[in-house]
Amino acid sequence: MNHYYQPEIETASREEILKIQNEKIVKQVKYVYDHVPYYRNLMDKKGVAPEDIQSVDDIKKLPFLTKDDLREAYPYGLLGTDLKNCVRIHSTSGTTGKRVVAFYTQEDIDMWEECCARAITAAGGTKEDVCQVCYGYGLFTGGFGLHGGSQKVGCLTLPMSSGNTERQIQFMMDMNSTILCCTPSYAAYIGESLAEQGYKPEENKLKAGIFGAEPWTEEMRQSIEKSLGIKAYDIYGLTESSGPGVAFECEEQTGMHINEDHFYAEIIDPDTGEVLPEGEKGELVFTSLDKKGFPLLRYRTKDICILNRGKCSCGRTLVKMTKPLGRSDDMMIIRGVNVFPSQIETVLLKQGYTPNYQIVVDRKNNTDTFDIYVEFSPEMFSDKISEMQNREQDLKAAMRSMLGIGPKIHLVAPKTIQRSEGKAVRVIDKRHLH
Amino acid sequence: MAITQLSAFLANTPGTLYDAVSAITEAGVNIRALSVADTKDFGILRIIVSDIEKTKEALSDTTVISETPVIAVKMSDQAGALRHILDILRESDVNIEYVYAFTGAMQGSAYVVLRVDELKEAEEILNKQGMETLSDGDMTGFLA
Repeated sequence: MNHYYQPEIETASREEILKIQNEKIVKQVKYVYDHVPYYRNLMDKKGVAPEDIQSVDDIKKLPFLTKDDLREAYPYGLLGTDLKNCVRIHSTSGTTGKRVVAFYTQEDIDMWEECCARAITAAGGTKEDVCQVCYGYGLFTGGFGLHGGSQKVGCLTLPMSSGNTERQIQFMMDMNSTILCCTPSYAAYIGESLAEQGYKPEENKLKAGIFGAEPWTEEMRQSIEKSLGIKAYDIYGLTESSGPGVAFECEEQTGMHINEDHFYAEIIDPDTGEVLPEGEKGELVFTSLDKKGFPLLRYRTKDICILNRGKCSCGRTLVKMTKPLGRSDDMMIIRGVNVFPSQIETVLLKQGYTPNYQIVVDRKNNTDTFDIYVEFSPEMFSDKISEMQNREQDLKAAMRSMLGIGPKIHLVAPKTIQRSEGKAVRVIDKRHLH
Repeated sequence: MAITQLSAFLANTPGTLYDAVSAITEAGVNIRALSVADTKDFGILRIIVSDIEKTKEALSDTTVISETPVIAVKMSDQAGALRHILDILRESDVNIEYVYAFTGAMQGSAYVVLRVDELKEAEEILNKQGMETLSDGDMTGFLA
Protein backbone atom coordinates (compact mmCIF):
# COMPACT_ATOMS: atom_id res chain seq x y z
CA MET A 1 0.00 0.00 0.00
CA ASN A 2 2.05 2.90 -1.28
CA HIS A 3 0.89 6.48 -1.05
CA TYR A 4 2.32 9.24 -3.13
CA TYR A 5 1.31 12.87 -3.24
CA GLN A 6 2.58 13.33 -6.81
CA PRO A 7 3.26 9.84 -8.20
CA GLU A 8 4.13 11.20 -11.64
CA ILE A 9 7.16 12.90 -10.07
CA GLU A 10 7.92 10.68 -7.12
CA THR A 11 8.04 7.49 -9.17
CA ALA A 12 9.25 9.02 -12.42
CA SER A 13 12.08 7.34 -14.29
CA ARG A 14 15.59 8.72 -14.01
CA GLU A 15 15.31 10.01 -17.57
CA GLU A 16 12.08 11.86 -16.84
CA ILE A 17 13.56 13.53 -13.75
CA LEU A 18 16.71 14.49 -15.66
CA LYS A 19 14.60 15.98 -18.41
CA ILE A 20 12.73 18.13 -15.89
CA GLN A 21 15.94 19.16 -14.17
CA ASN A 22 17.73 19.99 -17.44
CA GLU A 23 14.89 22.15 -18.64
CA LYS A 24 14.59 23.96 -15.33
CA ILE A 25 18.28 24.60 -14.72
CA VAL A 26 18.78 26.41 -18.02
CA LYS A 27 15.90 28.77 -17.24
CA GLN A 28 16.80 29.14 -13.58
CA VAL A 29 20.44 30.09 -14.19
CA LYS A 30 19.35 32.70 -16.70
CA TYR A 31 16.74 33.97 -14.24
CA VAL A 32 19.28 34.28 -11.43
CA TYR A 33 21.86 35.91 -13.71
CA ASP A 34 19.30 38.50 -14.78
CA HIS A 35 17.79 39.16 -11.33
CA VAL A 36 20.52 38.67 -8.73
CA PRO A 37 23.46 41.02 -9.32
CA TYR A 38 25.38 39.45 -6.45
CA TYR A 39 25.40 36.05 -8.16
CA ARG A 40 25.89 37.56 -11.60
CA ASN A 41 29.14 39.05 -10.29
CA LEU A 42 30.24 35.67 -8.99
CA MET A 43 29.50 34.09 -12.36
CA ASP A 44 31.26 36.85 -14.26
CA LYS A 45 34.27 36.52 -12.00
CA LYS A 46 34.38 32.80 -12.66
CA GLY A 47 33.91 33.40 -16.37
CA VAL A 48 30.66 31.45 -16.60
CA ALA A 49 27.80 32.74 -18.73
CA PRO A 50 24.20 31.51 -18.53
CA GLU A 51 24.67 29.94 -22.02
CA ASP A 52 27.35 27.68 -20.57
CA ILE A 53 24.72 25.86 -18.55
CA GLN A 54 22.87 23.51 -20.87
CA SER A 55 22.08 20.69 -18.47
CA VAL A 56 22.57 19.67 -14.84
CA ASP A 57 25.98 18.28 -15.85
CA ASP A 58 27.07 21.89 -16.30
CA ILE A 59 26.04 22.92 -12.78
CA LYS A 60 29.55 22.11 -11.59
CA LYS A 61 30.78 25.11 -13.59
CA LEU A 62 28.78 27.49 -11.40
CA PRO A 63 30.25 29.26 -8.38
CA PHE A 64 29.27 28.15 -4.89
CA LEU A 65 27.27 30.16 -2.41
CA THR A 66 28.08 29.91 1.29
CA LYS A 67 26.73 31.34 4.49
CA ASP A 68 29.42 34.02 4.16
CA ASP A 69 27.80 35.15 0.91
CA LEU A 70 24.44 35.30 2.64
CA ARG A 71 25.97 37.47 5.34
CA GLU A 72 27.65 39.74 2.85
CA ALA A 73 24.50 40.09 0.79
CA TYR A 74 22.23 40.57 3.82
CA PRO A 75 19.44 41.48 3.68
CA TYR A 76 18.40 41.98 0.03
CA GLY A 77 21.50 41.03 -1.98
CA LEU A 78 20.27 37.59 -2.98
CA LEU A 79 16.67 38.55 -3.50
CA GLY A 80 15.49 37.30 -6.89
CA THR A 81 12.48 39.50 -7.49
CA ASP A 82 10.90 42.76 -6.39
CA LEU A 83 9.79 42.76 -2.77
CA LYS A 84 6.28 43.51 -3.98
CA ASN A 85 6.23 40.04 -5.55
CA CYS A 86 7.18 38.42 -2.24
CA VAL A 87 4.57 37.41 0.30
CA ARG A 88 6.58 36.10 3.22
CA ILE A 89 9.87 36.11 5.10
CA HIS A 90 11.34 33.32 7.16
CA SER A 91 14.56 33.41 9.12
CA THR A 92 16.94 31.28 11.11
CA SER A 93 17.47 32.00 14.77
CA GLY A 94 21.00 33.39 14.59
CA THR A 95 21.81 37.00 15.24
CA THR A 96 22.78 39.47 12.54
CA GLY A 97 25.69 38.14 10.62
CA LYS A 98 24.78 34.52 11.08
CA ARG A 99 21.07 34.96 10.56
CA VAL A 100 19.58 33.84 7.28
CA VAL A 101 16.60 35.80 6.01
CA ALA A 102 14.78 34.21 3.08
CA PHE A 103 12.04 35.68 0.88
CA TYR A 104 9.17 33.75 -0.67
CA THR A 105 6.83 34.45 -3.53
CA GLN A 106 3.43 32.74 -3.46
CA GLU A 107 4.79 30.22 -6.01
CA ASP A 108 7.76 29.52 -3.74
CA ILE A 109 5.41 28.82 -0.85
CA ASP A 110 3.21 26.56 -2.98
CA MET A 111 6.26 24.56 -4.07
CA TRP A 112 7.53 24.29 -0.50
CA GLU A 113 4.16 23.19 0.84
CA GLU A 114 3.94 20.63 -1.94
CA CYS A 115 7.27 19.21 -0.79
CA CYS A 116 5.92 18.97 2.77
CA ALA A 117 2.72 17.37 1.44
CA ARG A 118 4.85 14.65 -0.18
CA ALA A 119 6.52 14.06 3.19
CA ILE A 120 3.22 13.80 5.04
CA THR A 121 1.79 11.47 2.40
CA ALA A 122 4.92 9.30 2.58
CA ALA A 123 4.31 9.02 6.32
CA GLY A 124 0.83 7.67 5.57
CA GLY A 125 -1.07 10.95 5.73
CA THR A 126 -4.37 11.33 3.89
CA LYS A 127 -7.38 13.63 4.19
CA GLU A 128 -8.69 11.25 6.87
CA ASP A 129 -5.86 12.28 9.20
CA VAL A 130 -5.59 14.80 12.00
CA CYS A 131 -2.18 16.41 11.82
CA GLN A 132 -0.87 18.12 14.93
CA VAL A 133 1.89 20.60 14.07
CA CYS A 134 3.95 21.54 17.11
CA TYR A 135 6.91 23.04 15.37
CA GLY A 136 7.23 26.71 16.19
CA TYR A 137 5.08 29.03 14.06
CA GLY A 138 6.84 32.25 13.27
CA LEU A 139 10.07 33.16 11.54
CA PHE A 140 11.18 29.54 11.96
CA THR A 141 10.18 27.51 8.90
CA GLY A 142 9.03 24.36 10.71
CA GLY A 143 5.53 25.35 11.75
CA PHE A 144 4.33 27.05 8.57
CA GLY A 145 5.98 24.49 6.27
CA LEU A 146 4.34 21.40 7.74
CA HIS A 147 1.13 23.33 8.31
CA GLY A 148 0.89 24.19 4.63
CA GLY A 149 1.79 20.64 3.60
CA SER A 150 -0.81 19.20 5.94
CA GLN A 151 -3.54 21.37 4.48
CA LYS A 152 -2.47 20.51 0.93
CA VAL A 153 -2.89 16.83 1.77
CA GLY A 154 -6.26 17.68 3.26
CA CYS A 155 -5.50 16.64 6.82
CA LEU A 156 -7.43 18.29 9.59
CA THR A 157 -4.62 20.53 10.79
CA LEU A 158 -3.93 21.54 14.38
CA PRO A 159 -1.65 24.60 14.38
CA MET A 160 -0.39 24.08 17.92
CA SER A 161 3.07 25.65 17.61
CA SER A 162 5.69 24.58 20.15
CA GLY A 163 5.47 24.37 23.92
CA ASN A 164 2.64 24.05 26.44
CA THR A 165 2.89 20.28 26.58
CA GLU A 166 -0.21 19.88 28.69
CA ARG A 167 -2.32 21.56 26.02
CA GLN A 168 -0.57 19.53 23.29
CA ILE A 169 -1.58 16.33 25.05
CA GLN A 170 -5.12 17.49 25.68
CA PHE A 171 -5.67 18.32 22.00
CA MET A 172 -3.91 15.15 20.93
CA MET A 173 -6.26 13.01 23.00
CA ASP A 174 -9.46 15.02 22.50
CA MET A 175 -9.04 15.62 18.75
CA ASN A 176 -7.63 12.15 18.02
CA SER A 177 -4.46 13.40 16.35
CA THR A 178 -2.96 10.78 14.06
CA ILE A 179 0.17 12.54 12.83
CA LEU A 180 2.60 14.52 14.97
CA CYS A 181 5.05 17.06 13.52
CA CYS A 182 7.78 18.47 15.80
CA THR A 183 11.44 18.16 16.70
CA PRO A 184 12.48 14.64 17.72
CA SER A 185 13.45 15.82 21.19
CA TYR A 186 10.03 17.35 21.71
CA ALA A 187 8.39 14.14 20.46
CA ALA A 188 10.38 12.20 23.04
CA TYR A 189 9.31 14.66 25.71
CA ILE A 190 5.65 14.35 24.74
CA GLY A 191 6.05 10.57 24.96
CA GLU A 192 7.42 10.84 28.47
CA SER A 193 4.71 13.27 29.53
CA LEU A 194 2.01 10.94 28.21
CA ALA A 195 3.49 8.08 30.24
CA GLU A 196 3.66 10.29 33.33
CA GLN A 197 -0.02 11.06 32.94
CA GLY A 198 -0.71 7.33 32.88
CA TYR A 199 -1.40 6.94 29.14
CA LYS A 200 -0.20 3.76 27.48
CA PRO A 201 1.23 4.12 23.92
CA GLU A 202 -1.82 2.36 22.43
CA GLU A 203 -4.21 4.83 24.04
CA ASN A 204 -3.37 7.66 21.66
CA LYS A 205 -4.49 7.62 18.01
CA LEU A 206 -1.13 8.67 16.60
CA LYS A 207 0.24 6.52 13.79
CA ALA A 208 3.14 8.56 12.49
CA GLY A 209 5.47 11.41 13.38
CA ILE A 210 7.49 13.68 11.12
CA PHE A 211 10.49 14.89 13.05
CA GLY A 212 13.27 17.20 11.95
CA ALA A 213 15.15 20.46 12.51
CA GLU A 214 17.79 18.77 14.66
CA PRO A 215 20.03 15.72 14.45
CA TRP A 216 18.75 12.50 15.96
CA THR A 217 19.90 8.94 16.11
CA GLU A 218 18.43 5.57 15.17
CA GLU A 219 18.25 4.75 18.89
CA MET A 220 16.19 7.86 19.48
CA ARG A 221 13.88 6.85 16.66
CA GLN A 222 13.25 3.49 18.25
CA SER A 223 12.62 5.02 21.64
CA ILE A 224 10.13 7.57 20.23
CA GLU A 225 8.36 4.91 18.19
CA LYS A 226 7.96 2.78 21.29
CA SER A 227 6.83 5.54 23.63
CA LEU A 228 4.24 6.97 21.22
CA GLY A 229 3.30 3.77 19.42
CA ILE A 230 4.05 5.29 15.99
CA LYS A 231 6.42 5.18 13.05
CA ALA A 232 8.85 8.08 13.20
CA TYR A 233 10.01 9.72 9.96
CA ASP A 234 12.88 12.07 9.41
CA ILE A 235 12.56 15.24 7.34
CA TYR A 236 15.31 17.53 6.09
CA GLY A 237 15.46 21.09 4.98
CA LEU A 238 17.01 24.45 5.61
CA THR A 239 15.76 28.00 5.48
CA GLU A 240 18.21 28.75 2.67
CA SER A 241 16.42 26.28 0.42
CA SER A 242 12.86 26.97 1.72
CA GLY A 243 12.49 24.91 4.90
CA PRO A 244 11.61 21.35 5.86
CA GLY A 245 10.62 19.10 2.99
CA VAL A 246 13.69 19.37 0.79
CA ALA A 247 14.01 15.68 1.58
CA PHE A 248 11.77 13.26 3.45
CA GLU A 249 11.67 9.69 4.63
CA CYS A 250 9.39 6.95 3.33
CA GLU A 251 8.24 3.80 5.11
CA GLU A 252 11.57 2.09 4.41
CA GLN A 253 13.21 4.56 6.84
CA THR A 254 16.64 4.21 5.27
CA GLY A 255 17.32 7.76 4.20
CA MET A 256 15.44 10.74 2.87
CA HIS A 257 14.18 11.13 -0.70
CA ILE A 258 15.25 14.47 -2.12
CA ASN A 259 12.60 16.36 -4.07
CA GLU A 260 14.82 16.39 -7.11
CA ASP A 261 12.36 18.13 -9.39
CA HIS A 262 12.81 21.25 -7.23
CA PHE A 263 16.28 20.81 -5.73
CA TYR A 264 19.36 19.52 -7.47
CA ALA A 265 21.75 17.85 -5.04
CA GLU A 266 25.50 17.41 -5.35
CA ILE A 267 28.07 15.93 -3.00
CA ILE A 268 31.40 17.73 -3.01
CA ASP A 269 34.75 17.39 -1.34
CA PRO A 270 34.51 20.15 1.29
CA ASP A 271 38.21 20.98 0.93
CA THR A 272 38.59 21.11 -2.85
CA GLY A 273 35.02 21.80 -3.93
CA GLU A 274 35.26 18.94 -6.47
CA VAL A 275 32.05 17.05 -7.16
CA LEU A 276 32.37 13.51 -5.80
CA PRO A 277 31.06 10.40 -7.53
CA GLU A 278 27.70 9.05 -6.39
CA GLY A 279 27.86 7.04 -3.18
CA GLU A 280 30.77 8.97 -1.71
CA LYS A 281 30.61 10.88 1.53
CA GLY A 282 30.94 14.63 1.29
CA GLU A 283 29.28 18.00 1.69
CA LEU A 284 25.75 18.38 0.41
CA VAL A 285 25.21 21.23 -2.07
CA PHE A 286 21.76 22.31 -3.22
CA THR A 287 20.65 24.19 -6.28
CA SER A 288 17.10 25.44 -6.20
CA LEU A 289 15.52 24.81 -9.60
CA ASP A 290 12.34 26.84 -9.13
CA LYS A 291 12.58 29.43 -6.44
CA LYS A 292 12.06 33.03 -7.43
CA GLY A 293 12.19 34.98 -4.17
CA PHE A 294 15.45 33.60 -2.81
CA PRO A 295 16.89 31.48 -5.61
CA LEU A 296 20.16 30.01 -4.37
CA LEU A 297 22.38 28.15 -6.79
CA ARG A 298 24.99 25.70 -5.49
CA TYR A 299 24.46 26.52 -1.85
CA ARG A 300 26.89 24.72 0.43
CA THR A 301 24.88 23.27 3.31
CA LYS A 302 27.99 22.17 5.31
CA ASP A 303 26.09 18.99 6.09
CA ILE A 304 28.10 15.87 5.37
CA CYS A 305 26.12 13.01 3.88
CA ILE A 306 25.94 10.34 1.19
CA LEU A 307 23.53 10.13 -1.75
CA ASN A 308 22.14 6.77 -2.75
CA ARG A 309 20.29 5.89 -5.95
CA GLY A 310 19.55 2.32 -4.98
CA LYS A 311 16.03 1.02 -5.61
CA CYS A 312 13.69 1.86 -2.76
CA SER A 313 10.95 -0.53 -1.68
CA CYS A 314 8.50 2.38 -1.46
CA GLY A 315 8.60 2.75 -5.23
CA ARG A 316 9.96 6.27 -5.19
CA THR A 317 12.77 6.90 -7.60
CA LEU A 318 13.94 10.14 -6.03
CA VAL A 319 17.54 9.96 -4.83
CA LYS A 320 18.01 9.36 -1.10
CA MET A 321 20.35 11.19 1.24
CA THR A 322 21.56 9.77 4.53
CA LYS A 323 20.88 11.63 7.74
CA PRO A 324 23.62 14.28 8.04
CA LEU A 325 26.69 12.39 9.27
CA GLY A 326 28.44 15.50 10.52
CA ARG A 327 29.28 19.06 9.55
CA SER A 328 32.09 20.47 7.51
CA ASP A 329 32.06 23.53 9.75
CA ASP A 330 31.82 23.81 13.51
CA MET A 331 28.12 24.65 13.69
CA MET A 332 26.20 22.88 16.45
CA ILE A 333 22.45 22.45 16.60
CA ILE A 334 21.37 22.84 20.21
CA ARG A 335 17.68 22.59 21.03
CA GLY A 336 16.99 23.23 17.36
CA VAL A 337 19.05 26.43 17.31
CA ASN A 338 22.18 26.85 15.18
CA VAL A 339 25.15 27.82 17.32
CA PHE A 340 28.67 28.65 16.18
CA PRO A 341 31.63 28.73 18.61
CA SER A 342 32.68 32.00 16.98
CA GLN A 343 29.50 33.66 18.27
CA ILE A 344 30.35 32.54 21.79
CA GLU A 345 33.87 33.85 21.42
CA THR A 346 32.56 37.22 20.27
CA VAL A 347 30.40 37.57 23.38
CA LEU A 348 33.23 36.57 25.70
CA LEU A 349 35.66 39.08 24.25
CA LYS A 350 33.05 41.83 24.29
CA GLN A 351 32.42 41.14 27.97
CA GLY A 352 36.13 41.31 28.78
CA TYR A 353 36.82 37.60 29.08
CA THR A 354 39.70 35.70 27.53
CA PRO A 355 38.95 33.36 24.63
CA ASN A 356 39.69 30.41 26.90
CA TYR A 357 36.45 28.50 27.10
CA GLN A 358 34.92 25.14 26.54
CA ILE A 359 31.43 24.26 25.33
CA VAL A 360 29.87 21.04 26.58
CA VAL A 361 26.70 19.81 24.90
CA ASP A 362 24.87 16.74 26.12
CA ARG A 363 21.37 15.34 25.97
CA LYS A 364 19.61 14.48 29.20
CA ASN A 365 15.99 13.35 29.34
CA ASN A 366 15.79 14.07 25.63
CA THR A 367 16.66 17.72 26.07
CA ASP A 368 19.95 19.23 25.03
CA THR A 369 22.06 20.63 27.82
CA PHE A 370 24.36 23.51 26.97
CA ASP A 371 27.18 24.47 29.31
CA ILE A 372 30.00 26.92 28.77
CA TYR A 373 33.07 26.87 31.00
CA VAL A 374 34.76 30.24 30.96
CA GLU A 375 38.02 31.34 32.50
CA PHE A 376 37.70 34.67 34.27
CA SER A 377 40.72 36.93 34.52
CA PRO A 378 42.39 37.57 37.91
CA GLU A 379 41.01 41.14 37.99
CA MET A 380 37.48 39.80 37.78
CA PHE A 381 37.83 37.70 40.88
CA SER A 382 35.89 38.86 43.90
CA ASP A 383 35.66 37.47 47.41
CA LYS A 384 31.92 38.18 47.22
CA ILE A 385 29.82 35.27 46.00
CA SER A 386 27.11 37.63 44.77
CA GLU A 387 29.52 39.45 42.49
CA MET A 388 30.74 36.23 40.92
CA GLN A 389 27.20 35.00 40.45
CA ASN A 390 26.17 38.28 38.87
CA ARG A 391 29.02 37.85 36.42
CA GLU A 392 27.64 34.45 35.46
CA GLN A 393 24.14 35.86 35.07
CA ASP A 394 25.31 38.80 32.95
CA LEU A 395 27.28 36.52 30.69
CA LYS A 396 24.33 34.17 30.34
CA ALA A 397 22.07 37.06 29.35
CA ALA A 398 24.60 38.29 26.77
CA MET A 399 24.86 34.76 25.34
CA ARG A 400 21.10 34.43 25.17
CA SER A 401 20.77 37.67 23.32
CA MET A 402 23.45 36.62 20.80
CA LEU A 403 22.47 32.97 20.32
CA GLY A 404 18.76 32.84 21.01
CA ILE A 405 19.25 30.22 23.72
CA GLY A 406 20.76 30.60 27.18
CA PRO A 407 23.67 28.37 28.14
CA LYS A 408 24.62 27.56 31.71
CA ILE A 409 27.74 29.53 32.49
CA HIS A 410 30.45 28.11 34.73
CA LEU A 411 33.22 30.48 35.70
CA VAL A 412 36.50 28.69 36.25
CA ALA A 413 39.87 29.91 37.51
CA PRO A 414 42.41 31.31 35.05
CA LYS A 415 44.61 28.71 33.34
CA THR A 416 42.40 25.78 34.30
CA ILE A 417 40.92 24.99 30.90
CA GLN A 418 43.22 22.51 29.27
CA ARG A 419 45.44 23.99 26.61
CA SER A 420 46.14 21.76 23.70
CA GLU A 421 49.22 22.04 21.55
CA GLY A 422 47.36 22.04 18.29
CA LYS A 423 43.81 23.13 17.72
CA ALA A 424 42.00 23.97 20.93
CA VAL A 425 39.19 21.61 21.85
CA ARG A 426 36.40 24.14 22.11
CA VAL A 427 33.43 21.85 21.86
CA ILE A 428 32.70 18.59 23.61
CA ASP A 429 29.52 17.13 22.18
CA LYS A 430 28.52 14.12 24.24
CA ARG A 431 25.30 13.51 22.30
CA HIS A 432 26.97 11.20 19.72
CA LEU A 433 24.46 12.24 17.11
CA HIS A 434 26.45 11.23 14.08
CA MET B 1 43.26 49.25 61.21
CA ALA B 2 41.92 46.53 59.00
CA ILE B 3 43.46 43.13 58.59
CA THR B 4 44.11 41.32 55.33
CA GLN B 5 42.08 38.34 54.35
CA LEU B 6 43.15 36.27 51.39
CA SER B 7 40.39 35.05 49.12
CA ALA B 8 40.96 32.15 46.74
CA PHE B 9 38.75 30.68 44.05
CA LEU B 10 38.08 26.97 44.37
CA ALA B 11 36.41 24.77 41.78
CA ASN B 12 33.62 22.73 43.30
CA THR B 13 35.35 19.39 42.81
CA PRO B 14 36.75 16.94 45.35
CA GLY B 15 40.28 17.76 46.47
CA THR B 16 40.50 21.44 45.66
CA LEU B 17 40.34 22.56 49.29
CA TYR B 18 42.88 19.90 50.20
CA ASP B 19 45.22 21.11 47.47
CA ALA B 20 44.98 24.71 48.67
CA VAL B 21 45.52 23.84 52.33
CA SER B 22 48.39 21.52 51.41
CA ALA B 23 50.14 24.28 49.52
CA ILE B 24 49.75 26.63 52.49
CA THR B 25 51.00 23.95 54.90
CA GLU B 26 54.05 23.19 52.80
CA ALA B 27 54.90 26.88 52.80
CA GLY B 28 55.02 26.68 56.59
CA VAL B 29 52.13 29.07 57.07
CA ASN B 30 49.55 28.79 59.84
CA ILE B 31 45.91 29.45 59.04
CA ARG B 32 44.42 31.59 61.82
CA ALA B 33 40.87 31.69 60.56
CA LEU B 34 39.06 30.12 57.64
CA SER B 35 35.69 30.16 55.97
CA VAL B 36 34.47 28.72 52.68
CA ALA B 37 31.52 30.16 50.81
CA ASP B 38 30.13 27.79 48.25
CA THR B 39 27.79 27.74 45.28
CA LYS B 40 26.86 24.83 43.05
CA ASP B 41 29.77 25.58 40.78
CA PHE B 42 32.54 27.04 42.85
CA GLY B 43 33.67 28.02 46.30
CA ILE B 44 35.57 30.97 47.67
CA LEU B 45 38.13 30.19 50.35
CA ARG B 46 38.62 33.06 52.79
CA ILE B 47 41.58 32.81 55.12
CA ILE B 48 43.55 34.85 57.59
CA VAL B 49 47.09 33.60 57.76
CA SER B 50 50.34 34.12 59.62
CA ASP B 51 52.23 35.03 56.45
CA ILE B 52 50.38 36.74 53.61
CA GLU B 53 53.20 36.86 51.05
CA LYS B 54 54.16 33.22 51.47
CA THR B 55 50.55 32.16 51.15
CA LYS B 56 50.03 34.15 47.98
CA GLU B 57 53.10 32.61 46.48
CA ALA B 58 52.05 29.12 47.53
CA LEU B 59 48.59 29.44 45.98
CA SER B 60 49.45 31.42 42.87
CA ASP B 61 50.15 28.29 40.83
CA THR B 62 46.86 26.59 41.49
CA THR B 63 44.26 29.32 41.68
CA VAL B 64 43.50 32.98 41.59
CA ILE B 65 43.89 34.85 44.84
CA SER B 66 43.04 38.34 46.03
CA GLU B 67 43.57 40.43 49.15
CA THR B 68 40.49 41.71 50.90
CA PRO B 69 40.57 44.12 53.82
CA VAL B 70 38.30 42.96 56.64
CA ILE B 71 37.73 43.95 60.24
CA ALA B 72 38.60 41.52 63.02
CA VAL B 73 36.96 42.53 66.29
CA LYS B 74 38.00 41.11 69.63
CA MET B 75 35.16 40.04 71.90
CA SER B 76 34.72 37.99 75.01
CA ASP B 77 34.05 34.28 74.44
CA GLN B 78 30.64 34.29 76.01
CA ALA B 79 26.98 34.41 75.08
CA GLY B 80 25.78 37.77 73.77
CA ALA B 81 29.18 39.12 72.74
CA LEU B 82 28.54 38.80 68.99
CA ARG B 83 25.07 40.22 69.35
CA HIS B 84 26.51 43.31 70.96
CA ILE B 85 28.82 43.94 68.00
CA LEU B 86 26.06 43.33 65.46
CA ASP B 87 23.82 45.68 67.38
CA ILE B 88 26.36 48.49 67.12
CA LEU B 89 26.62 47.96 63.36
CA ARG B 90 22.88 47.72 62.90
CA GLU B 91 22.33 50.96 64.76
CA SER B 92 24.78 52.66 62.40
CA ASP B 93 23.23 51.11 59.30
CA VAL B 94 26.38 49.20 58.32
CA ASN B 95 25.66 46.39 55.87
CA ILE B 96 27.63 43.19 56.40
CA GLU B 97 28.59 41.25 53.29
CA TYR B 98 29.72 38.17 55.23
CA VAL B 99 31.01 37.19 58.64
CA TYR B 100 32.86 34.38 60.36
CA ALA B 101 34.35 33.94 63.81
CA PHE B 102 37.20 32.19 65.56
CA THR B 103 38.29 31.81 69.15
CA GLY B 104 41.55 33.34 70.29
CA ALA B 105 44.79 31.86 71.53
CA MET B 106 44.06 33.01 75.03
CA GLN B 107 41.19 31.39 76.82
CA GLY B 108 38.16 33.62 77.09
CA SER B 109 38.73 35.62 73.96
CA ALA B 110 37.14 35.28 70.52
CA TYR B 111 37.25 37.23 67.29
CA VAL B 112 34.70 38.01 64.64
CA VAL B 113 35.74 38.81 61.07
CA LEU B 114 33.48 41.25 59.25
CA ARG B 115 33.43 42.04 55.55
CA VAL B 116 31.71 45.40 55.07
CA ASP B 117 31.68 47.93 52.26
CA GLU B 118 32.41 51.05 54.35
CA LEU B 119 35.29 49.48 56.18
CA LYS B 120 36.95 52.54 57.70
CA GLU B 121 33.72 53.99 59.01
CA ALA B 122 32.60 50.70 60.49
CA GLU B 123 35.88 50.26 62.30
CA GLU B 124 35.70 53.79 63.74
CA ILE B 125 32.18 53.15 64.97
CA LEU B 126 33.27 49.94 66.69
CA ASN B 127 36.34 51.58 68.23
CA LYS B 128 34.22 54.46 69.50
CA GLN B 129 32.06 51.93 71.28
CA GLY B 130 35.13 50.53 72.97
CA MET B 131 35.62 47.49 70.76
CA GLU B 132 39.17 46.40 70.04
CA THR B 133 40.02 45.68 66.39
CA LEU B 134 43.11 43.84 65.18
CA SER B 135 45.83 44.71 62.69
CA ASP B 136 47.85 42.47 60.38
CA GLY B 137 50.70 42.65 62.90
CA ASP B 138 48.48 41.08 65.54
CA MET B 139 47.81 38.10 63.32
CA THR B 140 51.46 37.29 62.74
CA GLY B 141 52.41 38.22 66.30
CA PHE B 142 50.16 35.61 67.82
CA LEU B 143 52.46 32.90 66.59
CA ALA B 144 55.74 34.43 67.55
